[in-house]
Amino acid sequence: MQQRKRPLSPHLQVYRPQLTSVLSITHRGTGILLAIATVLLAYWLLALAAGPDAYATAQQFFGSWFGQVVLLGCSFALFYHLCNGIRHLFWDIGLGYELSQVYRSGTAVVIASSVMTVLAWVVALAMRT
Amino acid sequence: MSLRTPLARVRGLGSARDGTKHWWFQRLTAIALVPLSLWLVASLIANIDASYAEVVAWVRSPAVTALLLMVVMFVFYHAQLGLQVVIEDYVHLESAKIAILVLVKITVLILALLSATAVIRVAVGS
Repeated sequence: MQQRKRPLSPHLQVYRPQLTSVLSITHRGTGILLAIATVLLAYWLLALAAGPDAYATAQQFFGSWFGQVVLLGCSFALFYHLCNGIRHLFWDIGLGYELSQVYRSGTAVVIASSVMTVLAWVVALAMRT
Repeated sequence: MSLRTPLARVRGLGSARDGTKHWWFQRLTAIALVPLSLWLVASLIANIDASYAEVVAWVRSPAVTALLLMVVMFVFYHAQLGLQVVIEDYVHLESAKIAILVLVKITVLILALLSATAVIRVAVGS
């Protein structure tokens, strides 16, 4: 089928990024990231099933600076996707559609996911001896 | 004049040929994952310094085994549903779209089966 060159409506580049659009694409981005991170979950479980040596290797990887950076990214992605997902669930039942509410809930998601990430790492690092 | 109802005519004509079930299961798995993912993160942090034997003992507790299997089931189902939407949105070439969708579904299924097998092996292993 021949594609005709029709005029297209302007795409993303003509719009100034707003909190709403940035949070929306971040939800998708973190979702993709978390889907990739499931490989790490599978790896950890398989290492546990494989025995003490494989588990030690896995723990060593997750404890290395590279593993820690990866886990930091994964934890923020998870908390963000979780908080913003709850925001989406409220929209699904028809709540929070006023523009002021959308901005307020968006700000709350950014704050909540950042606080949860910091809290999780403070506790995790305190647990490590 | 068509005697078919408007619903019957429009059914299956969306870009994905189907949708309600997908949308609904994405929500159900999302709701299930709210407590489950928080539980998983808290448990992983709590086990941060645990020895191999301690982690194995933790997985073997029946409630933990069941919860881990639920995490695996819902995480991978939710991931597949989400990836499917992204692919449907951005891959416009029909043949490539179908190929990538099938590839992603198989990959996620394999990861889910490997993870579930690992949990069960630890739970019932010697």
